[in-house]
Amino acid sequence: MRLTYGAFAPLASFWAAGFDAARPVITKNETFIPVTTSIDPSEVEKFSKIAAEWWDPKGKFRPLHKFNPVRLAFIRDRICEQFGRESHQRNSLAGLRILDVGCGGGLVSEPMARMGAAMTSIDASERNIKTALTHAKQSGLEIDYRHSTIEDLVAQKEPPFDVVLNLEVVEHVANVEQFLEDSAVLVRPGGLMILATINKTVKALLTAKITAEYILRWLPPGTHDPSKFVTPDTASAPMKRAGLDVDPPYGVSYNPLSDQWRIGSDASVNYMLVARRPAAN
Amino acid sequence: MPLTSPSTFALRALTFRDMKTRTTDILIIGGGPAGSLAALALADAGFSCVLAEKFPLKVQREASFDGRTTALAYAGQRLLDRLGLWEALEPEAGPIHDIIVTDGRPKDRFRQGGVAPGFLHFDSRLLNDDNDPQAMGWIVENRHMRAVFLEAVETHALIQVKAPSNWQDTKIDGARNLVCFEDGQSIAASLVIAADGRPSPLRDHAGLRTTKWSYDQSGIVCTVKCEKDHQNIAQEYFLPGGPFAVLPLPRQRANLVWTERTPQAKALMTLPKPALMEFLQDRFGDYLGKLSFEGPIWSYPLSFHIAEKFYSDRLALIGDAAHGVHPIAGQGFNLGIKDIAALRDVLSDAALTGLDIGHGAVLERYQSWRNFDTAALAFGMDGLCRLFSNDLAPLRLIRSTGLGLVNKSPALRKFFMRLAGNDIGDLPSLMRA
Repeated sequence: MRLTYGAFAPLASFWAAGFDAARPVITKNETFIPVTTSIDPSEVEKFSKIAAEWWDPKGKFRPLHKFNPVRLAFIRDRICEQFGRESHQRNSLAGLRILDVGCGGGLVSEPMARMGAAMTSIDASERNIKTALTHAKQSGLEIDYRHSTIEDLVAQKEPPFDVVLNLEVVEHVANVEQFLEDSAVLVRPGGLMILATINKTVKALLTAKITAEYILRWLPPGTHDPSKFVTPDTASAPMKRAGLDVDPPYGVSYNPLSDQWRIGSDASVNYMLVARRPAAN
Repeated sequence: MPLTSPSTFALRALTFRDMKTRTTDILIIGGGPAGSLAALALADAGFSCVLAEKFPLKVQREASFDGRTTALAYAGQRLLDRLGLWEALEPEAGPIHDIIVTDGRPKDRFRQGGVAPGFLHFDSRLLNDDNDPQAMGWIVENRHMRAVFLEAVETHALIQVKAPSNWQDTKIDGARNLVCFEDGQSIAASLVIAADGRPSPLRDHAGLRTTKWSYDQSGIVCTVKCEKDHQNIAQEYFLPGGPFAVLPLPRQRANLVWTERTPQAKALMTLPKPALMEFLQDRFGDYLGKLSFEGPIWSYPLSFHIAEKFYSDRLALIGDAAHGVHPIAGQGFNLGIKDIAALRDVLSDAALTGLDIGHGAVLERYQSWRNFDTAALAFGMDGLCRLFSNDLAPLRLIRSTGLGLVNKSPALRKFFMRLAGNDIGDLPSLMRA
């Protein structure tokens, strides 16, 4: 049972990363009116409960909690390399302005803030933003959570960031090219973009779509549209067009026997891309 | 009387409304060797710590407070060395260069007693290439260890001591575990560590259950002055009533851990010292010449326990609060050191990736690192103890043969030496060579 579960844990992580049914697929036509999100006191209890679900290490987000240390260390190390920081310092990201796109309940934003980053975190789901805000308050962290989208930030002439994180988002946007070009606009010269998503391979289709949705029924059928899975090349192209240098993909794989996540060369299901905007001369 | 009287509730409300709340990364309950060492190891990794102890610290250093000794395995000593504690402790630590394990029976009215044919000699020269004796472990008196640890605790900038103090209640409040004390003060910590010993009220308060049983044995512990030099040889002599260990201490002294069936141990403890010495010499033999008692003689029933889980909400168990094993192989405190070293690595990694150090996903790593390891070792020692603590002829034969066989294989001896040295498996960074 444990093995069966473990073998498909990567799938749950996708789901957990914030595309539960409540999360709308972003289409280009939808516009979100950016509002300063505030929580009605009568709603605090409700959002505390949802936050408790997000943060329950044994709950439905368990695979994500297992994976989080590995990907956080990876992200931290790439940022430290880029900005000449010491990754063995507690506040290695102090003062860096970082954008977390599709932040969900804040499982990445909170650790980044603890490492010292000035976080701006956006999500298209108001429910997620309210949940994340509630939890950040409990954790005593200052994070600029906004119910907004990347297009809106660009439209509002948001100043560019040191780092833009697009973690498990592109497989849910309607127009990947436009989305990535917009994201790239928000990377400052000398800055970094880190992207994580699902590859467009038969293996990815079998695990991330068929098994998760129809066999294990972890996700409502239709959660993932495999036509939106993107290959590393497809994802790299718009970033390159937007002036970023993109590294070869890093594979993210799971070993069900050791119950360990690893970042290596197998990019056939999950992968990450690291891209830099050259510094202005 | 009802379990929670109205006055208790009123008191709780009062204490939680709190006059003063101090905030810290880690609150450690229990200032014994495990608690104080945990504070030092975690503060060394940059965490702010509060160490809360029931007794005033100076009481702990008195010889009468704790007359026992601790066996320190060589991998555990590396941790003390790296934390800068070893220099002060070394003059008081008796190195073990050899361990001799024998199986035998004491002299009694009918039999002469003596050593069975098979024996096992662990020679430290096997562990290093240059053939020099090297300590496989050390024997230290607890009072010296306490003094060295507490001295360092009191001078560490990141450690605050709260002693004497009694905690009253705990409450999870967002990302903090709020612990309130009888003096009305509360401490809010990301993580609370229970280092409050074998009975661990904090463990029970958190609802963490233990698996436990008592051995029908008691340990009699004393220090003797010896006429002859012990040459830093530790003896483990398996007698039907339980193992009898002679552990070398500095200044020609030895610490004895004498296990007996509990009724016999009780009877022995009622004897005047000269009479007890006679029984002692029947077991000890005369290889160290005439012996004389030094300091008090202690006796305590031996038991085994292990917590089913080493953590709960923003709480981690270490040392005796997590486990207690038979003293047969001198592993008790060494397991505690490994808890501390593993917890430090887990919490450090978490803090460096910005994770909440009290979060269940972080503590689960500590759990999976330590819980299985401890259980395996504990059950192994339990089996060892049961194999040796009897006078059955077939088992006697197996024991003798087994000891003899292990003695013939340098690889096996080396393995057991590293096992006893706590130098096996997935070692935390502070314990690596």
